[in-house]
Amino acid sequence: MSKILIRGAKVLGGEPQDVLIDGEVIEAVGTALSAEGAEVVEADGKVLLPGLVDLHTHLREPGREDSETVLTGTRAAASGGFTAVFAMANTFPVADTAGVVEQVYRLGQEHGYCDVQPIGAVTVGLEGKKLAELGAMHESAAGVTVFSDDGKCVDDAVIMRRALEYVKAFGGVVAQHAQEPRLTEGAQMNEGVVSAELGLGGWPAVAEESIIARDVLLAEHVGSRVHICHLSTAGSVEIVRWAKSRGIDVTAEVTPHHLLLTDEMARTYNPVYKVNPPLRTERDVMALREALADGTIDIVATDHAPHPHEDKDCEWAAAAMGMVGLETALSVVQQTMVETGLLDWAGVADRMSVKPARIGRAAGHGRPVSAGEPANLTLVDTAYRGAVDPAGFASRSRNTPYEGRELPGRVTHTWLRGKATLVDGKLA
Amino acid sequence: MDTEQDKQQHESDARPVLEGPDIARVLTRIAHEIVERAKGADDVVLLGIPTRGVFLARRLAAKLEEITGRKIPVGSLDITMYRDDLRMHPPRALARTEIPGDGIDGRLVVLVDDVLFSGRTIRAALDALNDIGRPRAVQLAVLVDRGHRELPIRADYVGKNLPTSLREAVKVQLAEEDGRDTVLLGAKRTSPGERQ
Amino acid sequence: MQRHLISAADLTRDDAVLILDTAEEMARVADRPIKKLPTLRGRTVVNLFFEDSTRTRISFEAAEKRLSADVINFTAKGSSVSKGESLKDTAQTLEAMGVDAVVIRHGASGAPYRLATSGWIDAAVINAGDGTHQHPTQALLDAFTMRRRLVGRDAGIGQDLSGKRITIVGDVLHSRVARSNVDLLHTLGAEVTLVAPPTLVPVGVESWPCEISYDLDSTLSKSDAVMMLRVQRERMNAAFFPTEREYSRRYGLDGDRMARMPEHAIVMHPGPMVRGMEITAEVADSDRCTVVEQVANGVSIRMAVLYLLLGGNEPAVTHTRPPVSHHHPSNERSAHTISADEEK
Repeated sequence: MSKILIRGAKVLGGEPQDVLIDGEVIEAVGTALSAEGAEVVEADGKVLLPGLVDLHTHLREPGREDSETVLTGTRAAASGGFTAVFAMANTFPVADTAGVVEQVYRLGQEHGYCDVQPIGAVTVGLEGKKLAELGAMHESAAGVTVFSDDGKCVDDAVIMRRALEYVKAFGGVVAQHAQEPRLTEGAQMNEGVVSAELGLGGWPAVAEESIIARDVLLAEHVGSRVHICHLSTAGSVEIVRWAKSRGIDVTAEVTPHHLLLTDEMARTYNPVYKVNPPLRTERDVMALREALADGTIDIVATDHAPHPHEDKDCEWAAAAMGMVGLETALSVVQQTMVETGLLDWAGVADRMSVKPARIGRAAGHGRPVSAGEPANLTLVDTAYRGAVDPAGFASRSRNTPYEGRELPGRVTHTWLRGKATLVDGKLA
Repeated sequence: MDTEQDKQQHESDARPVLEGPDIARVLTRIAHEIVERAKGADDVVLLGIPTRGVFLARRLAAKLEEITGRKIPVGSLDITMYRDDLRMHPPRALARTEIPGDGIDGRLVVLVDDVLFSGRTIRAALDALNDIGRPRAVQLAVLVDRGHRELPIRADYVGKNLPTSLREAVKVQLAEEDGRDTVLLGAKRTSPGERQ
Repeated sequence: MQRHLISAADLTRDDAVLILDTAEEMARVADRPIKKLPTLRGRTVVNLFFEDSTRTRISFEAAEKRLSADVINFTAKGSSVSKGESLKDTAQTLEAMGVDAVVIRHGASGAPYRLATSGWIDAAVINAGDGTHQHPTQALLDAFTMRRRLVGRDAGIGQDLSGKRITIVGDVLHSRVARSNVDLLHTLGAEVTLVAPPTLVPVGVESWPCEISYDLDSTLSKSDAVMMLRVQRERMNAAFFPTEREYSRRYGLDGDRMARMPEHAIVMHPGPMVRGMEITAEVADSDRCTVVEQVANGVSIRMAVLYLLLGGNEPAVTHTRPPVSHHHPSNERSAHTISADEEK
């Protein structure tokens, strides 16, 4: 069986159409397409999107297989409607050599749930001192184009400048985790009214904004493109907006949790809300939503950060930072962007598939839903409403901040190059 | 807590068994008995058990002073922390324990309370006394003994023996606290806050 | 608050007054030949100290023992905690031994809250200081000391601190004592002013129910009590202030400054004092300084808290308690009063 007919799907949220897949590609998009010789999927008014692309995922393999593996992480990705994920470099060992990135890349290929595009470390061991072999990683089988020390900031201005310059040779991009280290020593949560009351170490917005300001100026100076990971403050939005208005080649991402949650959640002292960068204020959340809507922020990236139960079942200060996000990302975006009228589904496709694929140079992903394109597709039941139940996650970890929270929408089908990875909400 | 309405209901059902003048009279009698039995009451210390026992102790002291012409030490002994039923209720607010300056060692302590019933309050009072000093002897004066003892305890001075049923309630009202002097006998209320 | 005492902010005005009144009665036990009450006989309390604090631990221990509780002391040093055992495992281990209450001191803000709310254990939790968050019994003993000195020992019964002007000076940023005091003193009707160099005031302080000043001298004459907070010398190295000398010149309390306080005003300090830093020896040793009294009052306050949380079948200190009247000082002062018909 090589043909699949998706009948009556709202492509990018438009009028219902049929989409015929033949092998790895879309053969036709139209009305009343013939179902002859095809397996039929009744879309019944569900929304069809190009397969989602996550520019920021932690798959934890190698080294922390107790929290996630390439297999469990890509199964979680398929469940969430993703067909490609970029795997961050902060593994053990660090993905700072061709060997490690090739291993991660091959594991993704073998499992076949989702394309895994490794991100290479900018500096050796993420230590911020010495450039990793960026060229070798690019030339490896993994073909790395995105480099990041995520989890740590490339805080040395000279190293950052050199990295920005160096990757120009092969069209790479540096994705900066913007966190001024001295300003965030002992930091536990957003610095403000809530941190003052809770007595948790403050993480000032300026620690993020000062690095972003520096890096857009560096990018302008050396004529490179730069990508900013997980923007979390209204001030960061202003700086990126200003940089874009000057023609600086900067792109930026926001996580689903920064679009929904605020630092008020820390009042529970439940470390499931502990994340880097920290949850900010209502004002920041609103600014981020607006910026994603007007294009100042280019994409949504999950920063899916699995942690074993014991690393969260403890006091706040002792807990690991991060939340899983692949399986809830689209629902959060539907709630915060679509149902608020800020984005339509075409806009969601742009922010969660087209743009991230373009920034990461992920060939075959983020393409239009039209004849001749690779059949990387996601079908979403947008009418669905249900409480998040971490027990049903495909991820090995359960550290979601949404447990028990009602979120809209559910991915029912995902196709990776014509092959179903998710059918009726169940992994194939 | 009682609502005002409950209280009125209760009081209208109850009948007075001692009125103001009766109470004054029995206190005078008890004072004379104390002087007689304590051979002049030289070393008597009166300790009232809060709340109403304290007022009775003060009245008794005044009468003793009239009779003997001497100052009679009077204080209060809160027994809350010594109760045997603490675990059965939310913690109670504490009342004042005030031991007269010269203490109770070697003295005759007369405990004063309004009603003697199960005897558990007095048991707790004896324990509390034990932590404060070593009296020569301890005696007990009560305005009303309503019977139904659950412990081997008896009063040395009784204002009125009042045979009651367990379905009845005895309520002592004193001017200092309640605006008038009376002892009421009525049907027991079973409001939710009250224990049986 | 329900079965726990986590934050001074959880106490209503009536809760706080009830604790202070109860402590006043508890204080009298200290004057007796036998300084012991049978009240918590058969109850087990563990003092779970993850941070060194001998004085707080001893104060709780004295309070527990005066109420006849069985006391287990657990200090993290040299225990399985230093070998990596988690707070959760430690707490569950202790509870398996039949503990009724956990008095916890922890370096992480929120650790007592986690212990009380995460379902790890059933025991009551009393916060004996967590990180830079809260230290509610310290705030209560401070309020108790102020009420005694500024309102009166007997006159204070049933009263709060309405209209009293309290100045708290020093490292507010790192101080759980400051946070707890601001919450409790505000609840009790006092007007609080925090005085510190701007570096030692947290960002976000504007939401606190108090005034902020950077100038000690202008607040002294308007203070009924001045509470000096300890300033650790190592803060200097993190650039919170230039030198020790400059700090004590601008924010330390010396004899000259004390002389500018109203005659009735007192000087307080949660201890341990750093003499020569935030307070001079002359002030520390003066009659107006209540440091030693605060220590004694700490035992009474902790007895009151233990009694009110553990003394009955449910805690007496709760948000849902009906209002309490204070019409007569010698009256029972709780909603759970003893009715006249009770067993005698």
